[in-house]
Amino acid sequence: MSTSDTPDATSAKATSAKSTSAKATTSRPTSLPPAGRTPVAQRPHAGLGDRLRLWWDALARPTQWAIGVPFILLIAALPVIRPPLLTTVGTDFGSVMAQFGMVALIAIGLNVVVGQAGLLDLGYVGFYAIGAYTVALLTSPDSPWNLTDDWLSNDWAWLACLPVAIAVTAISGLILGSPTLRLRGDYLAIVTLGFGEIVRLLADNLDSVTGGGRGLSQVAYPRVGVSEEHPNGVFSAGNASGTLNAGVWWFWVSIVLIVIALLVVGNLERSRVGRAWVAIREDEDAAEIMGVPTFRFKLWAFVIGAAIGGISGALYAGQVQFVVPTNFNVINSMLFLCAVVLGGQGNKLGVIVGAFVVVYLPNFFLGRTEIFGIPIDGNEIANYKYLFFGLALVLLMIFRPQGLFPARQKLLTYGRELYVAARAAARKVSGAGDGSGRADAVPAVDVATEGDAR
Amino acid sequence: MALLEITDMSVAYGRIEALHGVSLTVEQGELVTLIGANGAGKTTTMRAVSGLRAPSRGSIVFDGKDITRMKPHLRVLEGIIQAPEGRGVFPGMTVTENLEMGCYARTFESKAQHDETLDHVFELFPRLAERRDQVGGTMSGGEQQMLAIGRALMARPRLLLLDEPSMGLAPMIIAQIFRIVSEINAQGTTVLLVEQNAQQALSRSHRAYVLETGNVVRSGPGRELLADPAVKDAYLGVA
Repeated sequence: MSTSDTPDATSAKATSAKSTSAKATTSRPTSLPPAGRTPVAQRPHAGLGDRLRLWWDALARPTQWAIGVPFILLIAALPVIRPPLLTTVGTDFGSVMAQFGMVALIAIGLNVVVGQAGLLDLGYVGFYAIGAYTVALLTSPDSPWNLTDDWLSNDWAWLACLPVAIAVTAISGLILGSPTLRLRGDYLAIVTLGFGEIVRLLADNLDSVTGGGRGLSQVAYPRVGVSEEHPNGVFSAGNASGTLNAGVWWFWVSIVLIVIALLVVGNLERSRVGRAWVAIREDEDAAEIMGVPTFRFKLWAFVIGAAIGGISGALYAGQVQFVVPTNFNVINSMLFLCAVVLGGQGNKLGVIVGAFVVVYLPNFFLGRTEIFGIPIDGNEIANYKYLFFGLALVLLMIFRPQGLFPARQKLLTYGRELYVAARAAARKVSGAGDGSGRADAVPAVDVATEGDAR
Repeated sequence: MALLEITDMSVAYGRIEALHGVSLTVEQGELVTLIGANGAGKTTTMRAVSGLRAPSRGSIVFDGKDITRMKPHLRVLEGIIQAPEGRGVFPGMTVTENLEMGCYARTFESKAQHDETLDHVFELFPRLAERRDQVGGTMSGGEQQMLAIGRALMARPRLLLLDEPSMGLAPMIIAQIFRIVSEINAQGTTVLLVEQNAQQALSRSHRAYVLETGNVVRSGPGRELLADPAVKDAYLGVA
């Protein structure tokens, strides 16, 4: 767009601005809409996603909970209901959902680092491993640091270790972040890739502590719901059959943790921290000279991301009750990243869907011999999952480079309030039968006329 | 006492020194220009003042306070605000969001003050008001430049650093930008301007420094330098 069509108005403004600004201190030009209050309702809304988002954002908090809670309960009930087509054949649907819960948590954590702050972390699996190994080292009888004999009650050891795992991974994020976050882009990616491998190799080679390639077994899990049917409680890996198996229980635990993580991350996003992250992602130097302490906020993103990854690792250790280094190889880092990119970097709900796709799809095909009456070799398809994810990513980059559910930024200072106001305005506008009218040309006209009048 | 006082400052990129002992001062309320050819060290000077580059020698004193080793984001709190070279607007944020980032560190005491400053920016750049919902990255070069200056103004700078605001813009828009820079200065903001467009910059500035390969080779009132044969020869393309 050329600016040449209004240079006269602008220059007239510029020369008269001194006097107008003196006036403006006493009375704002009322023709201008209040600063920062108009945009959202007047933005052209591209698609269904935008409409849905606007609708959701305009709802009152209690209404959001009233809709959100039943929705979450429905998802939680999926492995109990076991809908015909959705239910996996080859592996138990409950364990698939439990795995989805863990990867979803990881995706939320990785999304803070990659999606929010724009720091490409290729070694995220390292934090997952540290979380899992923290729990395993503290509670496995194979470990020299096992505490379950001393002062940790075996029944609650897992729960007691969860905050420890969070703290240890957060500190490891700090340790990795403080020297490396001075690097940018590709360099950071390479260093984090190295970090992921270092963690795995340490686990593999510190035989005396981590058990090396043999791993650590009999990791603690919450011993609740003990009955004759479940002598070790419902969370035990022994509870493998039936509808309410251990997988389902772990899925429920992960849902609780996901909701908590989402609330924390959501609040951070809407705060000054979130705005700083977006600014850093967009242009680090510009953010710094806008007064954003970039290094500190990058470190924060790293630490928060790491802590969430640690929670997921602890979940994994508890559910499988057995950790070995091979579970934490670099391909998992890529898979986690795949979930984030697929879902839409920066969109914390989108990445959950991404995690679902990454975990569920291979399991959907596993063991399936026909779909809608068409015979298929599901196992073969599942074997080629990395090929299909690769293809999916290539197609995604061509047709939807920002992911399935691209993020929209909500960084205006008066965020929530604004959306409610915007919703009311939108209702009014659509009531008048003019949903498409963009009113933002109006203030400019007003400014111009005011300039002429002077 | 000068608002900004740079004494004998050297800046090096690795082993290559880009500035060899530059000294310059900016008085309160002045519009001071730094002109020079490509590679003379203009942008390096700017980056040293805003803190993105640490000087290897010398000192920078702002308002009586030594800021030579101060972090860039803390200099912002002191009131040194830069509109960077190549504009540096946040490409994915709308105009309004970009402007909001301007006052990220130097927050307003009241909403009214905030609105007032925003209205003032929109008055200086009506084009920004028109495009307040447009995403920064999709705007034209001139508009991005306006946005970069407007965003800097949202921080109510005590010293505004403008790095080549005319770069890559059409002559008509350059003239417009310079008029607004003069206007901002006339309203009381001290401005340090880096420019290659010597004609426009010198005629509007109180004082100017000429940089050549990392050294200040001339300084004086803008109009005097404009008349200086050597400057004319080197930067204005007329003998």
